[in-house]
Amino acid sequence: MRWIWIDKFIEFESGKRAQAIKNVSLAEDYLHDHFPGCPVMPNSLIAEGIAQTGGLLVGEYNHFEEKVILAKIPKALFHFAAVPGDTLRYTANIEYIKDDGAMVSATSHVGDRLQAEMEVVFAHLDDSNRARTLFEPKNFVFTMKLLGVFDVGRSADGRRLVEPAGLAAIRAVGGDLQRPAQAGQCNT
Amino acid sequence: MPTKQEVLDKITTALVEALGVDEEEVTPQATLAGDLGAESIDFLDIVFRLEKAFNIKVPRGELFPEDILTSAEYVQDGKLNAEGLEQLRQRMPFADLDAFASNPTVKNFGNLLTVEDMCRYVESKVPVVG
Repeated sequence: MRWIWIDKFIEFESGKRAQAIKNVSLAEDYLHDHFPGCPVMPNSLIAEGIAQTGGLLVGEYNHFEEKVILAKIPKALFHFAAVPGDTLRYTANIEYIKDDGAMVSATSHVGDRLQAEMEVVFAHLDDSNRARTLFEPKNFVFTMKLLGVFDVGRSADGRRLVEPAGLAAIRAVGGDLQRPAQAGQCNT
Repeated sequence: MPTKQEVLDKITTALVEALGVDEEEVTPQATLAGDLGAESIDFLDIVFRLEKAFNIKVPRGELFPEDILTSAEYVQDGKLNAEGLEQLRQRMPFADLDAFASNPTVKNFGNLLTVEDMCRYVESKVPVVG
């Protein structure tokens, strides 16, 4: 299982703003436990999806050279419950990026209705061995490809966002990330 | 140009938003860690908000000098040595370090910084009237 709580990016402006969507579907197991007979998307998972939207936006700004972790959520307001059939649209705006971290303000909408408001603070981890293992740039690039960031992404000056050089050859094989063993196998 | 009261009001707003405390708890004498419950990651958040509220730059380590407090050169047996204290005084002229200096145990540092100290820090960066 991959811990991905957004389905697709629909807008991505490097260093500024990103929008992603999450479709709430009864096919997802957790909705049958939360709650039996009354399926409601858990607000904690909406918070996670918003944090992933903002976290990828922050990480991409520094080409994933900084190890970005969710540090705190100073504000989280949920105005109504999201239910199966809803499409949640997460919008994250960068308030600040500094050497030691970043803050984004974010919203969740269902159609035109404001579903949630959040602030998320991200910290940059020290460049320890542990951090390097957990935060290899190729993992993020894979996730961004999966979520369509390179289909909609734009740099701050309006140019199309491209994959970082040297990482384009990454592909998914059986759910794991591998570099192709031989030239010509790559089909990204 | 803000007044001293406006500086305090903006700092209060920043602390209420960053720490989730009630406005009434943010008194000038309240300590950030001891009274308001700030943890290390909160300082990052507080600095963001101060920079935005006052349009200032807060260099890393200036308001919360973690580098001095974790330096093997300045800390021995959990206490800041004389050289470290001198570094701290130079870095934090806005804070009253006398009480801390009498027992400079690093773990006590969290209870040192007050809301009033933060006001003095901001006033050192922003011209204030009154």
